[in-house]
Amino acid sequence: MAGIASYGAYIPLYRLNRPDIQKAWDSMLPIPGEKAVASHDEDSITMAVAAARDCMTGIDLQRIDRLYFASTTSPYKEKQAASVVAGALGLSKETLTMDFAGSLRAGTNALRAAVDAVQSGSAEGVLVTCAETRLGAPNGDKEMSFGDGAAAVLVANSGVAVDIVGSVSVFQEFHDMWRSDKDTFVRFWEERFVREAGYIRVVPPTVAVALQKYNLTTGDIAKAAIYAPDPRLLGMAAGKMGFEPMAQIQDPLYMTVGNTGSALSLMMLVAALEDAKAGDNLLCVGYGDGCDVFVMKVTEDIERIKDRRGIKRHLASKRMIPNYLKYVQWRGLMETQPPPRPPLNHISVPALWRDMDWGLSLHGVKCKSCGTPQYPPQRVCVICQAQDNFEPYNFADKKATLTTFSHDNLAASIDPPTTIAAVDFEEGGRIIFNMVDRDPQEVKTGMSVEVSFRKVHFFEGIHNYWWKCTPLRC
Amino acid sequence: MGSIKGIRDKVAIIGMGCTKFGEHWDKNKNDLIFEATKEALEDAKIETKDIEAAWAGTWVSGFDGRCLADPLKLQYIPVTRVENACASGSDAFRNACYAVASGAYDICLAVGFEKLKDSGWAGLPDQQSLPSNRYPDRTAPGMFALMATVYFSKYGLSPEEGKRTIGMVSVKSHHNGTLNPKAHLKREVTIEQVMNAPIVAWPLGLFDCCGVSDGAAAAIVVPADMAKNFRADPIYVKALQISVCPSEGELRSDYDFTQVKATVRAGEAAYAEAGIKNPREEISMAELHDCFSITEAVTCEDLRFSPRGKVKEDIESGFFELTGGLPVQPDGGLKSFGHPIGASGLRMLYEMYLQLQGRADKRQLKDPKLGLTHNLGGIPISNTVSVLIIGL
Repeated sequence: MAGIASYGAYIPLYRLNRPDIQKAWDSMLPIPGEKAVASHDEDSITMAVAAARDCMTGIDLQRIDRLYFASTTSPYKEKQAASVVAGALGLSKETLTMDFAGSLRAGTNALRAAVDAVQSGSAEGVLVTCAETRLGAPNGDKEMSFGDGAAAVLVANSGVAVDIVGSVSVFQEFHDMWRSDKDTFVRFWEERFVREAGYIRVVPPTVAVALQKYNLTTGDIAKAAIYAPDPRLLGMAAGKMGFEPMAQIQDPLYMTVGNTGSALSLMMLVAALEDAKAGDNLLCVGYGDGCDVFVMKVTEDIERIKDRRGIKRHLASKRMIPNYLKYVQWRGLMETQPPPRPPLNHISVPALWRDMDWGLSLHGVKCKSCGTPQYPPQRVCVICQAQDNFEPYNFADKKATLTTFSHDNLAASIDPPTTIAAVDFEEGGRIIFNMVDRDPQEVKTGMSVEVSFRKVHFFEGIHNYWWKCTPLRC
Repeated sequence: MGSIKGIRDKVAIIGMGCTKFGEHWDKNKNDLIFEATKEALEDAKIETKDIEAAWAGTWVSGFDGRCLADPLKLQYIPVTRVENACASGSDAFRNACYAVASGAYDICLAVGFEKLKDSGWAGLPDQQSLPSNRYPDRTAPGMFALMATVYFSKYGLSPEEGKRTIGMVSVKSHHNGTLNPKAHLKREVTIEQVMNAPIVAWPLGLFDCCGVSDGAAAAIVVPADMAKNFRADPIYVKALQISVCPSEGELRSDYDFTQVKATVRAGEAAYAEAGIKNPREEISMAELHDCFSITEAVTCEDLRFSPRGKVKEDIESGFFELTGGLPVQPDGGLKSFGHPIGASGLRMLYEMYLQLQGRADKRQLKDPKLGLTHNLGGIPISNTVSVLIIGL
């Protein structure tokens, strides 16, 4: 039986108080709580990589033969995002990469496809990643309620911690929320219609079908991770389905993260798994132009994978961004005065491709003559000058400390100062990075740091990715 | 390795010129090249047609030999542009010297020039070495700030003490600049002004960083045995050394940011070439690459002017002032001139040359014998360094 062999998640460090948005607009929208805001150098691809790295902690990457990326906010309309994620993880080129795009059900669609692939024997390990950075129009309730985040699950036929017993799906051609290829902001129809003609007619009946199909009652369910666009609708639906909201409905993260679109179901699932016990029956429900319902059963192996950062640890590790304008600037919603610094260079696509192995995956080399790791890969060893005598070496999973740093106020940055970090790795090698996700006052030499996959440039429609370092996140 | 004697006393400078450095809105690079060269030709009492080969040192302001041939109307002679970051001007001079020392030519010209102010940018663009753009955002002050923080910590200076120590370097150089009509900045600053200036990259504030400016300087060289045909007081080349770091600090965890190995190596090679055993005693004066105040301080240790870790004592005692035992930046340095990259190496030589000939006017030192120039192109972790010594 196909099941979940591991899970991971990612919530951006930065949070914005919803009342700060309200104050900025002098509006009446009474939506409380915080929204998680991807930093200016994060997007759905970088967050998917972070969730995937969390999921694959301590697991051999060779177990993956497929990588799915699901999102309604891929940085590209035409260019695969899954290949970038696979490259960042350093997966072999035989990996089957697929994008699932354009629907709030993209995450659960990808999960279904993964289960089918593994169940049928076509695949042995499918890493499903799902990430969102949806934008609501400024001065609106969607801007307040949306949040950024990602989740990843490894679906496999061995080492399974959670059996995926089965799933039921229906489709409904419906415009509750949508965004055409020309739109920046998500559009929506009035709530009452969405609720009564859409969600309520689709989700509770499909859940009922699933429960019946797998011989379960509402009472058998330990936790249900159910997508809904807002807490009121979720509460209403939960009532209709006969669930005890406090006991059985997984916290939908609205108050602490926000509505993370297609990633929400999987993020809630991860949160449920963090507290699950062997024998628990779980539901995972995705909704968007229809509904996917999964019935799962937790096994004893769940204890093996509870060391992930997942939802809890990411939730607890946070910094508030000081005001709404910072969010506006990071999302590029307003044109601002550029700094008096040279413009970006034309990006060379051949160079991007040629450097992909080390640039996307932070793989360097280790000299076989003297054992020194170095990055980027060299032909001549920096220590012993041996030529062409290297083996591949992964820097991304090594412990590292900050040897020295400076806060550069001159470097052009959307979020000054630019922190330059000289990072030395415990097992050898040095890389100079920019450090982000830090309070400049709290950066100290000798502190432990970790690497993080980020977007470094955007030019002529090309999103260019590399790595930065951050203090240990959580 | 060849004879340690190398270039010593084989080449002489018979003429030099230097423009005023600054924000030359009204002059383009050709104007700067022409004016510096004109002064050098007049100083040497020769004409353009006497030049047999020429070298241009520039970072971004010119590309092939035409950059000199066009404005000077050099008539079909060999002209080569060299670039070695901030050592470009020194390297152009070095090439011209080897050309006359080899016997291939008798009279060669080296011109260093840079026109930076047309760009409108604050600071210098970072040289982007990777076409895939996968490198961290950083500027030169950001990278040299790394050197300062580690130096302070390693040698037990509190942040305040450290910042004050390097700040005094800038106070000294600003003072010297007030005595130099060709300097861009001719103003005194106090240590308080330096300490309280806006921070560019801590601990480097506005007055710890050299400015961006335009300028040019030129030198004319001949074989030493011909020098007295041109003037009674030629100045002789004692050492021409360049040392290029294979970017070790980028890749090696054992580079600790408190010294620059290329400066040490170029310095040692220059001292060997010039026959100098005790630079602190024997070097009369020096123009060091004070792109940032910390750079000058560490360079004094790298060149053995001060013992390792102890430059603070010499800074505080005034050892590097015009009145001290080893004046550094007698003309005001990069601090007062700004740093038109290709020009700086030759501007440094110009001051050493004037001092040795007794023509340094209000800045004149008493009986200088040997002058050293130093350029550091790049950043602490990756650099190309020149050390040149000229003298009587």
